[in-house]
Amino acid sequence: MDKTSPPLVSLAQLNKWYGSRQVLRNVSLDVLPHERLIICGASGSGKSTLLRCINGLEPHQSGRVVVDGTELTRAPKALEIVRREVGMVFQSFNLFPHLTALENCTLAPIWVRKMPVEEAHATALKYLDRVHLSARAHQYPSELSGGEQQRVAIARALCMAPKVMLFDEPTSALDPVMIKEVLDIITELAQTGMTMICVTHEMGFARRLADRSCSWMGARSSNRERRMSFS
Amino acid sequence: MALDARGPTGEDRASRPHDEGAQQQGEAQARGEAPGQMKDYFRQKVWLTWAVLCALLGAGFYALHLDFGYVGQKLPFLLGLRLSPDGFIQGAVLTVFVTGCSMVCALVVAFLTALGRLSRNPVSFAIATFYASLFRGTPLMVQVLIIYLALPQVGVVLGGLTSGLIALSLNYGAYLAETIRSGLMAVPLGQREAAMALGLPRWVAAWKIVAPQALRSIIPPAGALFVSMLKDSSLVSLMGLWELNFLAQSYARASYHYMEMLLAAAFIYWGLSIVFEVVQQRLERRFGKGVAARGSHAAGPGPGARNV
Repeated sequence: MDKTSPPLVSLAQLNKWYGSRQVLRNVSLDVLPHERLIICGASGSGKSTLLRCINGLEPHQSGRVVVDGTELTRAPKALEIVRREVGMVFQSFNLFPHLTALENCTLAPIWVRKMPVEEAHATALKYLDRVHLSARAHQYPSELSGGEQQRVAIARALCMAPKVMLFDEPTSALDPVMIKEVLDIITELAQTGMTMICVTHEMGFARRLADRSCSWMGARSSNRERRMSFS
Repeated sequence: MALDARGPTGEDRASRPHDEGAQQQGEAQARGEAPGQMKDYFRQKVWLTWAVLCALLGAGFYALHLDFGYVGQKLPFLLGLRLSPDGFIQGAVLTVFVTGCSMVCALVVAFLTALGRLSRNPVSFAIATFYASLFRGTPLMVQVLIIYLALPQVGVVLGGLTSGLIALSLNYGAYLAETIRSGLMAVPLGQREAAMALGLPRWVAAWKIVAPQALRSIIPPAGALFVSMLKDSSLVSLMGLWELNFLAQSYARASYHYMEMLLAAAFIYWGLSIVFEVVQQRLERRFGKGVAARGSHAAGPGPGARNV
């Protein structure tokens, strides 16, 4: 971990309401390059909302979100720049069902990064190989198991070469065997030095992976960060 | 009419092989047959049953002692192979022309209306809901007559064909708008979010992610609407257009060959709607990719094969 470099993701005094209900209260958080942050906490405490504020899937009402030097505002340009640098993996995979695993991976590089098709294919195959699914490249999501789908979703995010990866309960929809295969992939990814923020209920995994973790104190009180050392 | 093409519609045939197919797959696998063989077996039975039903229908007509000579004499006119006395297309050709043009216009109108109904702009929303409510809530025949007869009184004079096209497009556009809206809403929110998280521009997400998935649920009901539009296109005969239904009725009245002419027209309509059904099935297959794969995958042995 590089303690001297500026934070890759920086949240300052972040506040977020759903209607009259406040979900995030004065959250401040810095994530340095190559850092692995695990967020644990009770359901409904705003963990997912926090992740979704980082790439602008949810707008925040006050405070600052800065990703790699770009402040996230409602401006489409800022959203575009930030989303290009932030990869996200969802609890329910959200693969595109009408596209094969390979097409899922090449879509964004071709349309967002304007990558030539052959290059996008090569990149996609490289990342599919990294999640041990290159043999399944031409299959549709419905032909893959849950664990395989989530690994394709990880590869899809990686194809955009993001600077930071957000994992929103990546294993909550999976059975124990599949959980292991997905967690192994995330661990391998962590070993490459990828910056990641992961919301999870898998405490053993959290302990192994995290440099740092925070747990939420619940939605109503302030979402205070509590540093826990696991070593 | 008993011979209305509504009987064995494309939907029935499209969905049945799937359900029974899955069931029969189980049976066939229990008997140790290959899945391919069993698929052929199913298809053969379907054709055989169709052949028997067609034979029964044919026997029924034979019993009516129809004058097929007269049908043969008038068929070129009904089909529209000859132009009408004033040199315009007529018969089935005119029917297909009216339906085709109305289909395209209805699609455009319906798409805009669906967007209006999903819009957060109150004026767009109000216009879309008002239009859809008005045109779904009043009879098509009244709409046709109002456009043809009432608009000239406020200075808009439209020809018979134009009035008919407008009425059909607006009427079916109102129904189709709901189909399109439900199709768009059937695409899970997670799909849009995944597209956003990848940084895809809105139009790419709409074109590459939302549209193909929405079309999968839009095509079957839209196909049914277009088949029904094909037959409702006969309403343009009110404005003096010699389309299929009108010709059949006038020949029938002139010669007292009512059964012959009406049945001939019915069969031409049926033939045309079968063409629609085939097109619909092709489109369904094309946009069912990834979903259809589930069935074929379960049937085929291979690594990771799962029973559905």
